[in-house]
Amino acid sequence: MSTRKLREICATAPSLVWLTAFLLVPTLMVLTFAFKKADPMGGIGTEWTFATLRSLANPSYPAIIWRTIWQSLATTAICVAVSIPMAYYMARTGERTRRFLMVLTILPFWTCFILRVFAWMSLLHPHGIVKNILVALGMADPSSQLLYTSGAVLLVMVYNHLPFAILPIYASAEKFDYQLLEAAADLGATRATAVMRVFIPGIKAGIFAAILMVLIPALGEYVIPDMVGGPASEMIGNKIAQRVQNDRNLPHACALSAALMLFVMGPMVAYLFARRKGGKEGGRFSI
Amino acid sequence: MTRTSRIPLATTIAILLFFYIPIAILVVNSFNASSTGGAWGGWTLKWYQKLFANEEMWHAIRNSLVIGVTSTLVSTAIGTSAAFALYKYSGTRIQKVHGVVLYMPLVVPEILMGISLLMIFMAVRLPLGLFAIFLAHVTFSMSYVAMVVLSRLQDFDATLIEAAQDLGADAWLTARKILLPLISPGIVAGALLAFTLSVDDFVITFFVSGPGSTTLPVQVYSMIKHSRNLPIINALSTLMMVATFVIVLTSQRQSRRA
Repeated sequence: MSTRKLREICATAPSLVWLTAFLLVPTLMVLTFAFKKADPMGGIGTEWTFATLRSLANPSYPAIIWRTIWQSLATTAICVAVSIPMAYYMARTGERTRRFLMVLTILPFWTCFILRVFAWMSLLHPHGIVKNILVALGMADPSSQLLYTSGAVLLVMVYNHLPFAILPIYASAEKFDYQLLEAAADLGATRATAVMRVFIPGIKAGIFAAILMVLIPALGEYVIPDMVGGPASEMIGNKIAQRVQNDRNLPHACALSAALMLFVMGPMVAYLFARRKGGKEGGRFSI
Repeated sequence: MTRTSRIPLATTIAILLFFYIPIAILVVNSFNASSTGGAWGGWTLKWYQKLFANEEMWHAIRNSLVIGVTSTLVSTAIGTSAAFALYKYSGTRIQKVHGVVLYMPLVVPEILMGISLLMIFMAVRLPLGLFAIFLAHVTFSMSYVAMVVLSRLQDFDATLIEAAQDLGADAWLTARKILLPLISPGIVAGALLAFTLSVDDFVITFFVSGPGSTTLPVQVYSMIKHSRNLPIINALSTLMMVATFVIVLTSQRQSRRA
């Protein structure tokens, strides 16, 4: 073996071995355990079975899976839609303002995630300030509920995922040639047409990256529906956590995780495919 | 485009208000004598006093710092080495696999990493607790460190190395005098990110923590779930935010100077 090869192996081994041991092998274990029986001690049994997978057809699950998908898609759609105008503004403004806006976008998200969700819990609380204001304005009934609803889950999910849409879309918008918009206007396009047919296709790479960055973690969300949602806004993640922490049925948790893995693979494969087709421009950004 | 649209500016302002209003109200409520926070009950510092007197909280803070520091040291070392390998040997078959594996923690939802780690720890009979949390944190942090250091390496001017060697420096001297000083801001930024991710992590930690190994986010979560001492969480949030803002702003200023 050449010394170059030896050096390469020395530099690569720590991370590759570590991630094989703590990421690849455990993921395969989760997939295998979906076909095992639970043992009465709350562990994994030795017998093989399809019963765990079959129990996912239990009527409550399709509803939860459907809800997981639509809540994640709605979060993604809102995040992308509001990020586009902000990215446009950031790309077109002066260097100082741009840098300032960048810091302001990232700053809240360096603080603890649980505390950010807690901030919304106290805002939406039945005695919280949002409720008091809405009641004072006559926009809400004193008995109405803001917290523990699907609306609250959506709001807090958008709050937590928004920077992950703004940053990649901004990275693309920064590289966009804004003379194209003038050209479109000269050729008679209205502003709306120019944005829809020139600007948005032009920042496509950033939009795809943003969809991926929001959709994938959103599909696996569990803390937000757990803290600000009610039983009617539970997602797959909540079920996985409940199977692990409450009734200790690990094979069942593994089967649900396998299902979640499939959902996550969908957008990822679509993204890689779109990237290969659309070339490799854009989409690179730093955290 | 004769007239500029107001929509981009209006959206930007609305988003920033959306980001900062919850935080601002949290800070204000940490000084609010009314415990529900829906109305103003007068100024107080009692929540801060209660926070400092809370033993459980200090225990959790200590655990978080111990894990934060140890996992940052290990993941920064491994992640930096990984970035070097990806940069220097790019294109080899090993590095193609290495790159994909290193990307995985960035895209796998946290809950899936949490359950996978729980399964492996159970399989090898590793007791859940601080050591298990440390292993878990190194697992997800090293990829972030590697990506930050790699992006710094990619901006690096490779001719500097050639120049040093032409002037007679050996590999060790080149690494120490040229390479390390130039990429050290990348390593520091990676370490800072690793530390923040570790101190902030709830989902993965919750899956692999055992009795007595409560970290700060897990402690806060259980206080919220049992509606215990909620106003002192406002005080805690305020202190943590001030600390984070100071650290992030100084590091921003540092990196601009570098």
